[in-house]
Amino acid sequence: MAKELWKGNEAIAEAAIKAGCRYFFGYPITPQNEIPEYMSLRLPQEGGVFLQAESEVAAINMVYGGAGSGARVMTSSSSPGISLKAEGISYIAGAELPCVIVNIVRGGPGLGGIQPAQSDYYQATKGGGHGDYRLIVIAPSSVQEAVDLTQEAFDMADQYRIPVMIMGDGMIGQMMEPVEFKPVAKRVLPEKTWATTGTGGKRKPNVINSLFIDPQECENHNIKLFKKYDEITANETRVENYNVEGAEIVFVAYGTTARIVKNAINTLAKEGIKAGMIRPITLWPFPTAAVEAAADQASVKAFLTVEMSMGQMIDDVKIAANGKKPVHFYGRTGGMIPTPAAIVEHAKKVLGGAK
Amino acid sequence: MTHEIIMAGFGGQGVMAMGKILAEAALKEGKNVSWLPSYGPEMRGGTANCNVIVSDEPVGAPVVSEATAALILNRPSLDKFEGDVIPGGVLIINSSLIDQKASRDDIKVYYVPANDIANELGNGRIANMVMLGAYLEASGAAKQDTIMEIITEIFSGKKASVIPVNKEALVRGAACIK
Repeated sequence: MAKELWKGNEAIAEAAIKAGCRYFFGYPITPQNEIPEYMSLRLPQEGGVFLQAESEVAAINMVYGGAGSGARVMTSSSSPGISLKAEGISYIAGAELPCVIVNIVRGGPGLGGIQPAQSDYYQATKGGGHGDYRLIVIAPSSVQEAVDLTQEAFDMADQYRIPVMIMGDGMIGQMMEPVEFKPVAKRVLPEKTWATTGTGGKRKPNVINSLFIDPQECENHNIKLFKKYDEITANETRVENYNVEGAEIVFVAYGTTARIVKNAINTLAKEGIKAGMIRPITLWPFPTAAVEAAADQASVKAFLTVEMSMGQMIDDVKIAANGKKPVHFYGRTGGMIPTPAAIVEHAKKVLGGAK
Repeated sequence: MTHEIIMAGFGGQGVMAMGKILAEAALKEGKNVSWLPSYGPEMRGGTANCNVIVSDEPVGAPVVSEATAALILNRPSLDKFEGDVIPGGVLIINSSLIDQKASRDDIKVYYVPANDIANELGNGRIANMVMLGAYLEASGAAKQDTIMEIITEIFSGKKASVIPVNKEALVRGAACIK
């Protein structure tokens, strides 16, 4: 198939449909409105259901119900809307149900703004809702990657019975890029024997719940969840290493920011400065090993984390670097986008100080 | 070769459409492309702009901060984006609506009476295609024929009657570049 020009949001929606998603529950919010709009057109054509709920809280609980019946379900929102969904996401994680949640992040806190931001990193990777739980968090940096990973997200969700979050920002959602819809590698997925599909009088009823009154039972449940999270960390961590070998300075950046950093790296190269980048593709599990390896690399003098936030992912970079090399930060926030020139300048400052 | 273009004007002038058509055409010619719109509480009469990148290399950041060209359709956009054009870059000004001259002398400036030409052609809405025609001539970012292929794909059936006037608009725009 020839490449076609697709808008990020619409491409994510089409990728979900191609992955077998037939149920979408959502509530409008900029800058992700093209996802529900597209779903409202396409899902009925595929015999699916599009439902605009009365609120984000309702939408995520509809996802809870749909996922419980074993269907491939999705919702999408942007930062303030994800906050509203947080309770439901915790319940879905607790009940071990598969679903896909898209967050096209905007500036915060509060209502914030509508321009691109990455200030929901903590919310996505460290909780958001209550309790000891994790989501697989995927951060595509191109429309093509968004398409490929959205399709895979449904498989990951089903394989591990876990909610998967696709985290983009207004830039990835609104931009158009050439896309090719390719089938993803097939995974062997377990049968959904736990789904509440009706017993037909032939089996005991399945119960989907996240309530464990007995503390020992609740602890056991948490331990079980964390065994699963360890397995996911071992199997599903994704990262791109770009020019890290021989680099003096290693950037860590994800999503659209990583693209801006690539421009900066090329500019630095022209000036004879060797810079590389670690680009986490999964924010959780975080590619700790890639940062550890770079920290052990003799050529590396420092890390420079670049985010569209006041500095959130930098915590994970520091934990992974473990004091072996200094970790610096450059960021813009509230919807402001860092320029390659500003990143170059900051990198030079870091290297000046590191010498 | 990388073309990084800012297109800006009032909502309703066809700024977004012009950018998409260029991106589609360049893609058809085998180039790497991106199209990034301004977004938010946009409305007809408000300002709108988009960034288009056409390159032989993979596209990095889709945001254009150092433009090789700016296509400016209204006065507020001239003030906003003139400074973003790199030295030696191209600035195309819709002189039908903008009486102000460019303040820079280190860039190539073309004044294109896009709305006047569109009105002469009997369709006021194709001022954007006049601007695009001028830009193609000045930059070679895509071929006029490929643009016409895209326009022909967009306007099918009953709307096909507007295809010839789009072609004329591109040609008249190109003639403004000397």
